Amino acid sequence: MEHQPPPFFKTGPTPLARLLIFSALSVAFLVADARFNYLVTLRQAAAVIVYPFQRIATAPASIARRMGDFFVTHSSLREENARLTRDSFSNEARLQQLEALRAENAQLRALLEARAQIGIELVTAEVLYAARDPFTRKVVVDRGSQHDVRPGQAVVDDRGVVGQVTRVYPWLAEVTLITDKGQFVPVQNLRNGLRAVLSGTGNDGALDLRFIPLNADFQNGDQLVTSGIDGIYPPGLPVARVTQVERNADQIFARITCAPLSGVASHAHVLIVSANSAMPPRPADQQEPARPRKARKR
Amino acid sequence: MAEMRVTPHEILLPVRQRFIVFTLAAALLANLMPWPGVALAVKPDFVALLVLYWCIEQPRRIGFVVAWLLGMFMDVADGALFGQHALSYSILAYAGIVLHRRVLGFTGTAQVTHVVLLLLMNDLIVLAIRAAAGADFPGFQYFIGSFVAGALWLPMGRLLKLPQRPRLDPDHI
Repeated sequence: MEHQPPPFFKTGPTPLARLLIFSALSVAFLVADARFNYLVTLRQAAAVIVYPFQRIATAPASIARRMGDFFVTHSSLREENARLTRDSFSNEARLQQLEALRAENAQLRALLEARAQIGIELVTAEVLYAARDPFTRKVVVDRGSQHDVRPGQAVVDDRGVVGQVTRVYPWLAEVTLITDKGQFVPVQNLRNGLRAVLSGTGNDGALDLRFIPLNADFQNGDQLVTSGIDGIYPPGLPVARVTQVERNADQIFARITCAPLSGVASHAHVLIVSANSAMPPRPADQQEPARPRKARKR
Repeated sequence: MAEMRVTPHEILLPVRQRFIVFTLAAALLANLMPWPGVALAVKPDFVALLVLYWCIEQPRRIGFVVAWLLGMFMDVADGALFGQHALSYSILAYAGIVLHRRVLGFTGTAQVTHVVLLLLMNDLIVLAIRAAAGADFPGFQYFIGSFVAGALWLPMGRLLKLPQRPRLDPDHI
């Protein structure tokens, strides 16, 4: 500032004028983004510019993780190896059963002339960072449209559903966690097949079951899996466990709180799952058993 | 204040444009780093802090365009609404540019108080935008970052002025 011409020579528009220009531009962008979902291409372009920064910023953490992997002790490796072999054995046994069941299932479905269940595709992704935005629960993973990731795909870890891909950039994708306020997962009670909608509350570790009548059969410890009727989440993925059921006679719906099964806030690797099927005709054969039961209860 | 304290202004070398760009890029990187749980909650918004710093120190060198673009980048990286940080950083830049003489007239705690209030205003703007878009209040820990930024202000100022200090020639005593 000391070596520049004094303000009365050339200053351009006054700060207030500039503020108004840039505020108007920002507000226009805000409205276009929030209300009309325009600006997708602009966002993509900005994302490509920011991408190198994102990779550089996350590099130290991933290098540290890899270094940690390198410096494991012999004994811990042996221990892990033994454990994995043990797990693998028990999994083998279960897999054999699964194969038999799958064959039987296919046969039965053929007999009933029901649609064959379609296999799922998996893409492994590494979580780069959790979004800094305190208003949402999102993570950014290192797979994007270049790796065939599409918005709407379900994201799972080894224990259950983590969230859903909500925005895709060329080499990155944003995953909205199931704990995000406004994120809904259609679920089914594993014990009795009751369907419900699970919604995030905005804090980690708590989910709400919405619009459940007071007399519906939900108990503490019930496991909820994806019902698959939305055509987005493949059916049967574990999502949450019921932790608290509150039935207040002066309210229309029961208050049911659940805890997510997946490590929603703490994972390094996730799987992006796509059930690539033309889903719409399927609800017909799944809804049959659930509907009459519900009707009888009322 | 009974006696008017005049701050001793150092005579410094002009700032290099490259240095400003470098510090802003570093702030962007710091914001994008994967911070673990608690650190993420108390972490200041480095980009807001640096934008405010340079708008106060060098209001002629950096201004709205830089603040606005950095806001856009932050919005994309956070997956937030497009334009929320752009708007809040623009207003922050305006406040910094308009108030730079006043803020620099204070030292120590008084200066930090100004900075914290400006950063809290920045937080409130983002909060208002998100509330208008239907978000919940994220709790008062949302504001902690600005106080941490206030605590960093003086050491950061000293650090960023290092390249501007005239180097004494050892041969010329």
